Amino acid sequence: MLAIYKKELKTYFTTPLGYAFIAVFLAVSGAVFCISTYQLQTSDISGYFQIMIFGYIPIVPLLTMRSFAEERRAKTDQILMTSPVSVGSMVFAKFLAALTMFAGTVLLSCLYYLPMPSYGEVNTAKAAGCLIAMLLVGTCFISVGIFVSTLTESSVTACVGTMGILLLFAGLGLINNLVDSYAVRSVISWISVYSRYYYFTYGIFDIAATIYYISVTVIFLFLSVRICERRRYA
Amino acid sequence: MIEIKNLTKVFGRKHALDDVSFTVEKGEIVGFLGPNGAGKSTAMNIITGYLSSTSGTVKVAGIDVFEDPDEAKKLIGFLPEQPPLYQDMTVSEYLGFVYELKKCKLNRKKHIDEICKVTKIDDVRNRLIKNLSKGYRQRVGIAQALIGNPPVIIFDEPTVGLDPKQIIEIRNLIRNLGKTHTVILSTHILSEVNSVCDRIVIINEGRIVADEKTENIANAVRKGTVYNVKICGPQRDVMNSLREISGVTRVDVTGEREIDSYTYRIESQQGVDIRKPLFYAMSKQGRPIIGLEAAQSSLEDIFVQLTETGERSAK
Repeated sequence: MLAIYKKELKTYFTTPLGYAFIAVFLAVSGAVFCISTYQLQTSDISGYFQIMIFGYIPIVPLLTMRSFAEERRAKTDQILMTSPVSVGSMVFAKFLAALTMFAGTVLLSCLYYLPMPSYGEVNTAKAAGCLIAMLLVGTCFISVGIFVSTLTESSVTACVGTMGILLLFAGLGLINNLVDSYAVRSVISWISVYSRYYYFTYGIFDIAATIYYISVTVIFLFLSVRICERRRYA
Repeated sequence: MIEIKNLTKVFGRKHALDDVSFTVEKGEIVGFLGPNGAGKSTAMNIITGYLSSTSGTVKVAGIDVFEDPDEAKKLIGFLPEQPPLYQDMTVSEYLGFVYELKKCKLNRKKHIDEICKVTKIDDVRNRLIKNLSKGYRQRVGIAQALIGNPPVIIFDEPTVGLDPKQIIEIRNLIRNLGKTHTVILSTHILSEVNSVCDRIVIINEGRIVADEKTENIANAVRKGTVYNVKICGPQRDVMNSLREISGVTRVDVTGEREIDSYTYRIESQQGVDIRKPLFYAMSKQGRPIIGLEAAQSSLEDIFVQLTETGERSAK
């Protein structure tokens, strides 16, 4: 498993993909951060966080689109599948590598917080809550990306497909505000990844939401494993 | 070493493999032969655990590939039809990755050095795989299969796309490997199995049509003996009198001729020696036999014969 993890991380930096991800992420998050805090003369970062979570839609697929699709296209999945490594640890290694890249970049973007105190008092609990939510939502989205990548042989399809699913998640959150029926709303908000993080933005560590995000991640990783294994029976 | 029993693989409605059984002994080099689409790659992918079977069992050194895949996979080195190479790695990085992937316990540097030497990729170790020529890529693919020194090595068409010199090198390499490993290689190049393999398994449309030692394969197929005979005299008369000899099943003219003689291809029943009756029959008519030899039917003939009968019986 460690071998695949190391290989994946290395691949991010031997291909332009890793650099592209870091550059795009920092550019988008930097711009959003400037507009939502410095320009509004506020030290409240929950606005930044709420916009960024939509910014993930085009960015996260960059990390995950290649993971399985490219292996299948280049037929390198044969060496992975015929090596003494279980499919589960293979999927997990790839997920972990993408998560490492993602978390590293998010942590790097924490540099933005440094000039904040000069704009007013910073609510550290709120900032920390937003950061945790950012990581949790990202983790969840990465698992979706990995899952879509197992479905196809083309990285581009995987990228667009992941964006589609993430957009759907975001769309559900928006539709939720338009629906009158309470029953429908509660169902939609239950499956909507975007309606779960609110407590975090107030600096409250929401265990239910944490468990929710981790569960969604586990479900999509599990589905990825099933898809890879099912392919052997095709 | 490898035991395959009643292996069947169905893709949709197509039987890629249909009740295939054979065993490979330790230290044997077995050639897996068949026309394109016969099921060679499918069989190899199942043995290596890349695909699952619809039914049947595969055991490697007594370990069931489906029940204990991780243990079985440790015993197998596999070169798929298209070498599974990461284009953006250097050869050294790639082999290092495979070493870790296979959880190899041997001395890392020594082991990889040794494999590079054997496969003659020492001089390209620091180059990116995407910049290598086809021949070198194939050899890196072979090197990858050798890592961890697995007792069983499976090559799917190892010499495809190589130049003649490289083909000879790779064949020598496989022959050497066969001294210490059990090797299965698939190919549709007949001379390859002839020169490398101890045994030949011929597969057609998912079924095994022959499984014999390389030197016996000709006899296994041919029902009787075939002679090429050069006889002087008019063609039609000679043909007629040849057909009258008891034991002769078929006479053809091969088209070769010298001034007044033609060469005939005579097939005879199994267990009947027609050479003496042939001599007497011809001498009685005063037609000198100026050449007589047992025809060596080539592997190509055998192959065509076997795969064609397979097709006919399938219909």
